[in-house]
Amino acid sequence: MAEKLVMLALSPTMETGTIAKWTKNEGDTVASGDVVCEVETDKATMEYESTADGTLLKVIVGSGGQVKVGDPIAIVGEEGEDISQLLSQVASASAAASPKPASAPSEDSAAGPATNPPPESIPAGPSAQRPAPQAPEASAAPGGVLASPLARRLAREKGIDLRSVRGSGPGGRIVKRDLETAPAGVSPVPAAGRGGGHIIPVSEKRKAIAARLTGSFQFAPHYYLKTAVDAGTLLEERRRVNAAASEKVGLNAFLMKFVAEALKRHPMVNASWRGESIVQHARIDIALAVAQPDGLITPVVRDCASKGIVQIDGELKVLVERARTNKLTPEEYSGSTFTISNLGTFGVREFTAIINPPESAILAVGEISKQAVVEEGDRISIRPLMTLTLSCDHRILDGAVSAAFMQTVKSMIEDPINLVL
Amino acid sequence: MPEITYREAVRQAMDEEMARDGNVVLLGEEVAQYDGAYKVSQGLLAKYGPERVIDTPISEEGFTGIGIGAAVAGLRPIVEWMTFNFSLMAIDQIYNNAAKTRYMSGGQISIPVVFRGPNGPAEYLGSQHSQALQAIYTHVPGLKVVAPSTPYDAKGLLKTAIRDDNPVIVLEGELMYAWKGEVPDEEYTVPFGQGTIRRGGGDITLVGFSKPMRTIVQAAEALARDGIDAEVLDLRSLRPLDEELVYGSVRKTNRCIVVDEAWPAASVGSYIAWLVSRNCFDHLDAPVELVSGEDVPMPYNHQLELAAQPSVDTIAGAARRALYK
Repeated sequence: MAEKLVMLALSPTMETGTIAKWTKNEGDTVASGDVVCEVETDKATMEYESTADGTLLKVIVGSGGQVKVGDPIAIVGEEGEDISQLLSQVASASAAASPKPASAPSEDSAAGPATNPPPESIPAGPSAQRPAPQAPEASAAPGGVLASPLARRLAREKGIDLRSVRGSGPGGRIVKRDLETAPAGVSPVPAAGRGGGHIIPVSEKRKAIAARLTGSFQFAPHYYLKTAVDAGTLLEERRRVNAAASEKVGLNAFLMKFVAEALKRHPMVNASWRGESIVQHARIDIALAVAQPDGLITPVVRDCASKGIVQIDGELKVLVERARTNKLTPEEYSGSTFTISNLGTFGVREFTAIINPPESAILAVGEISKQAVVEEGDRISIRPLMTLTLSCDHRILDGAVSAAFMQTVKSMIEDPINLVL
Repeated sequence: MPEITYREAVRQAMDEEMARDGNVVLLGEEVAQYDGAYKVSQGLLAKYGPERVIDTPISEEGFTGIGIGAAVAGLRPIVEWMTFNFSLMAIDQIYNNAAKTRYMSGGQISIPVVFRGPNGPAEYLGSQHSQALQAIYTHVPGLKVVAPSTPYDAKGLLKTAIRDDNPVIVLEGELMYAWKGEVPDEEYTVPFGQGTIRRGGGDITLVGFSKPMRTIVQAAEALARDGIDAEVLDLRSLRPLDEELVYGSVRKTNRCIVVDEAWPAASVGSYIAWLVSRNCFDHLDAPVELVSGEDVPMPYNHQLELAAQPSVDTIAGAARRALYK
């Protein structure tokens, strides 16, 4: 008896998935648990395991195709089995859902030379600078756009910018049918000097970032506490540790440990708003915002309070590498209780971050730079300072609570003996 | 219209042309007393006598050369090769004498000779006797090559070939000899260089010739059951080639599958696929696909033998790929 394989929620927040590629072909034998395809979720590319045994009779959603969670992607059954009825069910269901092939928004094409979009998320790194106004004739043969010769000719005739069209062919090739649904004349010849823009289809990950952080900024009333911390002792201790260590311990591991100890002393900062209640999390699971080429992700080091700095550093290195290669599993990037975002390595002096929901706060770490400091007796000395900014959800944290937390973090960084006091 | 076999259609063509023109003679292995290895020349010895229907020794290079020489001397010989596999013995005569003499004599000497016989795989004949050699002959300027897939075309094209003043290769097929089709009683010929539309359609163009045509039409029917409306073109003639028929169809459908049961490298099919890619470039919505025989010597095992040839599945599969389905 043939059955449908449906798109599963492969991440906690996933609503739609895009088939990255099929690893089994029609006609292949599949067993329950076999990986049949890879799915691009809002967070990562995940392996999809068959829930049925038999032969892969029909691939309903090809590579590059996007479907809602719960929609069928393939049919598995016995070889030679008649699946026409199942297929017609699928066809009528999708017809009822009024399919609107995704074509990217059009206005942006007239928006002049592309600059960076405003930072709409936890800043986690330099967003890739988007290229570059194209020469006017570029719309005829845009570099990097895959399109069939026919599609190119039709686009030319209809005045459609191929960069604004999402291709449904192999490897994203734009084919004739993709142009039939694209609005004609979306981008007429760009006016002189404007040079046209660059249309980027919004990936699943980008959509998730946008939805989550918009929600956070709308619903959590943010306020910010800023403090300058003397990092001299921290740097000295780190140098000493690293001189003896085989593997250099990163600054983020130190910060995670300090923050974990501070959270232990201020449990309200390790909490979440639940409308009718506030939950104080038993464990301290700290996420670090990591930049990826197409977005950012927040791998989590579990139970930081019970781990040493070297252990945290080891786990962090593995997670960051997996994050950069898009290999994190949902367990590795969800369920954190506090988040750190560090843009210091980019030379950012200080910044404010948006809370990673449903957490109560996020710590934004700026660069360590030498500055003149007025010390006791009006003496001026040169010290390495680091600016920390805590974004707080006022529904949970009142100013004094957050300020006490920051004071603890500062005292630990400046005098690590406080860690064990 | 009477329905006759391909075999009978070829026989009728030779019979009618021999009756019409006393210079037409038939020579080859077993064409006379045995009435042909595949009974294509049935009754011709009895009707026209041993001077015009001539059994030859098993010596392809010899009797092929005799046919060419007789054409130079004014006859219009039909040379039957028992199969095209054996024609390889005579390749020097064909390439260097038949195909070149008119050019090299500045048009003074014409060579009105026809070479015909079964080409392409049949069944259970092993790799040496299952070859589709159309590329070898279509390759050569100076030869004309036709590949009829129906009794009607077999008769009409062979009559045109016999009347042509140039050497013509007529590709028949052992399995096709038993195929039946309507052939009119009245006299007709089929001109060279004109393909025909076997099935009209708007979604995709399937191009072929010779024996695979039947498989191509079946593939089109299979596609039709999935709502895909394929146009099927039968080239009939490989040299000259009806390019415009193909281009016109591809410009309408935007996609093209070429089917050729020969090996893929340097084949007629790959040449046509190149022509379409070049001349319909701005009309193509998908790469031109070539469905060929597998690039192996023909296996003797029957299942493998079938798997090595274009099938309904491989043709329909290529069509679905080109349609992104």
